[in-house]
Amino acid sequence: MSQSQLEAPPERVDDEPRFDEAHLDPDRRVVVIRPASRWPHLDLRELWHYRELMFRLVWRDVVVRYKQTFLGITWALLVPTLTTAIYAIVFGKFAKFPHGNTAYPVLTAAGVVPMQYFASALTLSSTSLVTNLPLVTKVYFPRVMLPMAAVVVPLVDLFFGMIVLVGMMAIYDTWPSGIEVVFAPAFIGLAVVTALGIGFLLSTFAARWRDVPYMIPVFLQILPLVSGVMYAINEIPEKWQWIFAFNPMAGVITGWRWALLGEAEPNWGQMSISVAMGLLLFTLGLAVFRTNEPRFADTI
Amino acid sequence: MADAIEVHELSKSYRIGQMQAAYGTLRDSLTRTAARVTRHEQPQGREVIWALRDVSFSVREGEVLGVIGRNGAGKSTLLKLLTRITAPTSGRAIIRGRVGSLLEVGTGFNPELTGRENVFLNGSILGMKRREIQRKFDDIVEFSGIAKFIDTPVKRYSSGMYVRLAFSVAAHLEPEILLVDEVLAVGDAEFQQRCLGRMEDFSGTGRTVLFVSHNMQTINQLCDRVIWLDGGAIAENGDPSGVVSHYLHTASVSGSTLSWTDDESAPGDNLARLLAVRVVNETGETVDTTDVRDGVGVEIRFRVLREGPPVFAKIKVRGRQGDVAFNAMDIGQMETPTAPGVYSVTAWIPPNLLNEGTATVDVAVCTLQAPKLLPRAQRAEAVAFGVVDPGDGDSARGLFTGQLRGAVRPLLEWTGQRLD
Repeated sequence: MSQSQLEAPPERVDDEPRFDEAHLDPDRRVVVIRPASRWPHLDLRELWHYRELMFRLVWRDVVVRYKQTFLGITWALLVPTLTTAIYAIVFGKFAKFPHGNTAYPVLTAAGVVPMQYFASALTLSSTSLVTNLPLVTKVYFPRVMLPMAAVVVPLVDLFFGMIVLVGMMAIYDTWPSGIEVVFAPAFIGLAVVTALGIGFLLSTFAARWRDVPYMIPVFLQILPLVSGVMYAINEIPEKWQWIFAFNPMAGVITGWRWALLGEAEPNWGQMSISVAMGLLLFTLGLAVFRTNEPRFADTI
Repeated sequence: MADAIEVHELSKSYRIGQMQAAYGTLRDSLTRTAARVTRHEQPQGREVIWALRDVSFSVREGEVLGVIGRNGAGKSTLLKLLTRITAPTSGRAIIRGRVGSLLEVGTGFNPELTGRENVFLNGSILGMKRREIQRKFDDIVEFSGIAKFIDTPVKRYSSGMYVRLAFSVAAHLEPEILLVDEVLAVGDAEFQQRCLGRMEDFSGTGRTVLFVSHNMQTINQLCDRVIWLDGGAIAENGDPSGVVSHYLHTASVSGSTLSWTDDESAPGDNLARLLAVRVVNETGETVDTTDVRDGVGVEIRFRVLREGPPVFAKIKVRGRQGDVAFNAMDIGQMETPTAPGVYSVTAWIPPNLLNEGTATVDVAVCTLQAPKLLPRAQRAEAVAFGVVDPGDGDSARGLFTGQLRGAVRPLLEWTGQRLD
C-alpha cells in the first residue's frame, strides 16, 4: 500500500469557491417556473427574500436625487418653505381665506408638507417601471418593489418638510393639544397606501402607454385644490365635505391638522370613507399590477 | 444526482397585436377598439405566435449545454423564461441552484453613482447579499483594474472602464448555473473573449452552463451536449458534433448566405467541395431581397481538390410554390480540365425574369459524364431571396396589380400592328 493512499483526503473547503448562504437556503434553492397564476397575490415571503435589493433601490434614488444639485438636500427645506410662503401671501393675505384659530401659514404648511410627499410619491411610483426599464427587461425580481421603493424615497423629503413645519409651529406657537399627536404617522400611512395604489395602477398603465407622464401634472395641479391644502375642509358646507371625503388626501390633511395643530377633531364618518378609498385604491392597484406583471417585459 | 435544470413542455406565445402595439399611445389603442366595435373587425390580438412550443429537456449538474438555432428559433425566449424575466404561457421548469447570467452585465448601473456605489447596487440587482459583496469587494475592484477610479462617478468612466467594472461584478457572482447568450453579450472582441474565458473556467469547476451561440466552433469546443431549436421546438438534442453538422446542413434554408467553416462538414466528394454560397446584387453586396427589375447573382465558392475533369457550377432556381423555374450551369467551364484550387463563380439571373415571392436556389458543382451530369458537391435549398415588385408600372406587370401566376415572369418584347 502506498503512502498517499494512507493519507486522509485533503480538505477541499479552502480551494473551492465559497457560495453565499442565500442559495443554500432550502426554500430558495429550487425555483419552479410556471405560468403566472390567475389569482394575483402579494408573495410576502419573496418580498422578504429580496429586501436587500429593495433597500438598494431606495438608497440609489435617495443618493441620486440630490447628487450634482448645487444646494443638495437644502432643496428639501426650500420647496415646502417657498410653497407655504406663496400660499400664505396669495390666499392668506390677499384672498383672506378663513383659517379658524390657527395662523394661516401653519395651517397651510400642515397641508403643503403631506401633499408634496404625495405628489412626489405618486409621480415616482407611476413612472417607476419605465425609468427602470433595463432592470425590468434584464433581471428577475418582484416588480412590485419598484413602485414600493418609489413611495419610500420621498419620505426623506417629508422628514425635511417636517423640520419646516415644526419650525413654523414654533414661530406661531401652535402645538398638538394632546395624545392625538401619536396618530400623525397613521395619516402619512394613509398617504403612502393611496400613493402606492395609484402608483401600481398608473405604472401598469405606463408600461403600455406613454400617456401617463402627461396625465400626472394635470392631476397634481387639481389635487391640492380639492384636498384642502390652502383652506380647512371644515370651513366648507357640510354636504360638500362628504364629497371631499372620497379623496383620501383630504382625510390625510384634515387628520394631520387635528393630530399636529390641535385643530377640531375630524368627522370620523368622513375619515372612514377616506381610509376605505385609500385601501380600495391600494387593493385594486395591486391586483391590476400583479395581473399584468408577467407581461411587463414583453409589452414595456 | 438531480438535474440542475428540468424543462417540461415549456411554451411561450405572443399575440401579434401585443408585439406591434408595444410602443402605442393610448389613443392608438382607443382608435383600434373603436374601429373593432364599429366595423365588427376581428380583434387583431387574436393571432398568436408561438415563440417556444412544448420544449422539454434537462441539464445535468455540471453539464455544459449548448443551444443553437436560427434567429427567431426561440433561443432568447428560452433564456428569458429560465431567468424569469417573462413568464411561460404553459409548461414548467425547475431550476436547482442559483442562476447567474452574463446577459445582465452592467444592468442597473447608475451614471451618477461612483464605481463603489455601483458595485453594491449592481451586486444586489444580480442577487448578491450585502455581506457577500463586502467580502468580495476587494477582489472585484482588483479584477476590474480600475481601483484608482473606484470613487469617481461612472459617468466619467470611459466605456472600457465601465464594461470592465460591470463584468467584474458579474464574474464574481459565482452562480451554480450560468446562462450565457453570446448574441446579447455586449462589448468588443476582447470583452467577448473574456466572457468565453470566464465560461471555460466555469465549466471546469463542475458547474452547470447553458450557452446560446451562433459560433459553431465554440459550441463544439465547449459543450457536452447541444440542443437545436427550430421554430420554437427542439429539432435535435444530442452530441455536439452530430447536432451541429445536421444544423449546418439544414438550418440556413431561408438565408441569403450559407458557408461551411471546415472542409470536413462541407458537402462534396474527393474531387470538389462547396465552401460558400451567397446572393448578391449587381454591385456585389450580399442581399436578401431584390427588385424584380434588377439582376441578381448567386455566388458559389468551391474548392477543387485534385486534377480531374472539367468542374462547373450549376444552379436550380425554384419559385414560391417550390416548382422549378429553371436550371442553369456554367457552360464556359465545361471543356477545359479544372486545376486544383478555390474558385468563385457567380450566376447572374437577368432582370425581369423571376416572379415575385421567395426564390430558393439549389446549388451543385458538377462534372459531365456524357450523357449525364454528375453532381460532385451539392446542397438543396442552399440560399433563398425575396423578389419584390414596387409596382412602378415598368415591370412585366405594367399597370396590372393582381396576381400573375408562374415560376417566372419575363418581360417579353411585344411586336404588332393594326390590321384593318
